Amino acid sequence: MQSTKSKVIYTVLAWTIAGLIFFPIFWTILTSFKTESEAIASSPSLFMFDWTLVNYQDVLSRSPYFLHFSNSIIIAVGSSILGLMIAIPAAWSMAFAQTPKTKHLLMWMLSTKMLPPVGVLIPIYLLFRDFGLLDTRIGLVIVMTLINLPIIVWMLFTYFKEIPKDILESARVDGASLSQEIIYVLMPIALPGIASTLLLNIILAWNEAFWTLILTAADAAPLTAFIASYSSPEGLFYAKLSAASAMAIAPILVMGWFSQKQLVRGLSFGAVK
Amino acid sequence: MGSIHLKQVTKSFDDVEVIKPIDLEIRNGEFMVFVGPSGCGKSTLLRIISGLEDTTSGNIEIDGQDATHLAPGKRGLAMVFQSYALYPHMSVRNNIAFPLKRAKMGKSEIEKKVDEAAKKLNLVDYLDRKPSQLSGGQRQRVAIGRAIVRQPSAFLFDEPLSNLDASLRVNMRLEISELHKSLNTTMVYVTHDQVEAMTMADRIAVFNKGVIEQVGSPLELYQNPKNIFVAGFIGSPKMNFIKTTKQNDVKVATIGVRPEHITVADGDFIWKGKIGVVEHLGSESFLHVTLHDGTGLTVKASGDTPLKYGDTVKLTVNDDKVFYFDDSGLNISDSVSNLHQVFFD
Repeated sequence: MQSTKSKVIYTVLAWTIAGLIFFPIFWTILTSFKTESEAIASSPSLFMFDWTLVNYQDVLSRSPYFLHFSNSIIIAVGSSILGLMIAIPAAWSMAFAQTPKTKHLLMWMLSTKMLPPVGVLIPIYLLFRDFGLLDTRIGLVIVMTLINLPIIVWMLFTYFKEIPKDILESARVDGASLSQEIIYVLMPIALPGIASTLLLNIILAWNEAFWTLILTAADAAPLTAFIASYSSPEGLFYAKLSAASAMAIAPILVMGWFSQKQLVRGLSFGAVK
Repeated sequence: MGSIHLKQVTKSFDDVEVIKPIDLEIRNGEFMVFVGPSGCGKSTLLRIISGLEDTTSGNIEIDGQDATHLAPGKRGLAMVFQSYALYPHMSVRNNIAFPLKRAKMGKSEIEKKVDEAAKKLNLVDYLDRKPSQLSGGQRQRVAIGRAIVRQPSAFLFDEPLSNLDASLRVNMRLEISELHKSLNTTMVYVTHDQVEAMTMADRIAVFNKGVIEQVGSPLELYQNPKNIFVAGFIGSPKMNFIKTTKQNDVKVATIGVRPEHITVADGDFIWKGKIGVVEHLGSESFLHVTLHDGTGLTVKASGDTPLKYGDTVKLTVNDDKVFYFDDSGLNISDSVSNLHQVFFD
């Protein structure tokens, strides 16, 4: 049992950390309603300023927000679904048909996430150029899938290994083929895990900025590239940049809010038995 | 049809040979029980028959056809697991219908078969429930239902009653035996419980360390165990073993007597000892007696025996019911006679 004192300390600590994490988002949203001069004022006001929607109007008239928005949706959802299609059979084999090398393979997959992306920048750029994938949505879907695949496999593996092997073996004896075993038995049982993996990967792909900035120009540019376009050589327009940022993060923030229960359950799955 | 023939089947995991070459014929319609202590290879052999494990060498024939490399679903067998292995996201109806759907059977025929199975197993009221809403016994019945709708050539049971409580286990034991009589289909049943084995089996295969020590009817194994392992494993409470150092021509190393064949004597006696724990089961009692030389014996007595802890008791033995084992553990009772005087006088 935790003492009341330690409970209070933990609660205060949790709120402080949450506040620190949330403050930049809060400040960005606040700035998006200010004028440019108020946005760069040396003594900024928290709420006492002239609230305006002019930044949102400017941003919407200056750039094709909905094109970027639809690009973001296609890239994030597309890469997550493609990732799941590859990762589900992979995680199945790692959870239910283990060999002595499975553990090493999983570690190796994860180790690719430790590689700085810039290390593979030139080869990937050249491949994209030669295959005509630069500034295409399909190109971005492929690269996002590859980047997030290790995380998808790991998360699914964690879920799958909690499922009793007997159930899948029973399906096999009942005459199910491997694909039927996965579609009719494994996936419905692991649905909460698959859903949280999908959600997390949509968020990761939505927020990814390195590859989207490098591999896109106009047609396939998602919202991350849209935000970056407001940081230009002519100067920084903080209020407009904030309005663009608020519009870029709003969809994922709303999605995250509604799916937080699922996300927390997915991320903490298997941690406590 | 439902005969299964194992020919020189072996199984190794890495360098460990868990099944040494096994030859076994399971006859059509037979209730065969694999029994043995945990880790003896009985479940592995069942999984090999089902196709869930590959053989390392040897062949499996089902109904005369080589099935060694057939996929589990193509062997025409149905399996019931210890954990029931029901599909938790499906209703009882869909659980039972699952193998029929995989076999691409028509919808009306599936419904008919599911209803028949549900009636047979008293599951009609539970067809729309999920497995999590059922008791252990009901879950096991669903697992059996899922097996019988397929009309398999043989049923494989992997310790199906281990997760049930004692009274339910007795009921389910009877239900499975009745099912066998009514379906008249081959059943292969794995258990570590020798009471289950004795009560259900037509024939029992006793496993030990990856080999079959003996195959035979329950009474054959009880009356004529091939070696000291089978003698000790079959029968409850287990047979008493007394090491002997007496010189004899036939090299008897151990004498075996079952608790039910030792009687409390009034006059002539063979052993004398002190009673430790007395277990009263109502219809009978078991006395745990320690002889003067420290040997422990279990003795069956009547349910209303007045004997109690600390009493000194004289014991005698029914001559015909004594087993003699040589130093390798082999039962040599048939090749020796009139040893009573050598050992007991």
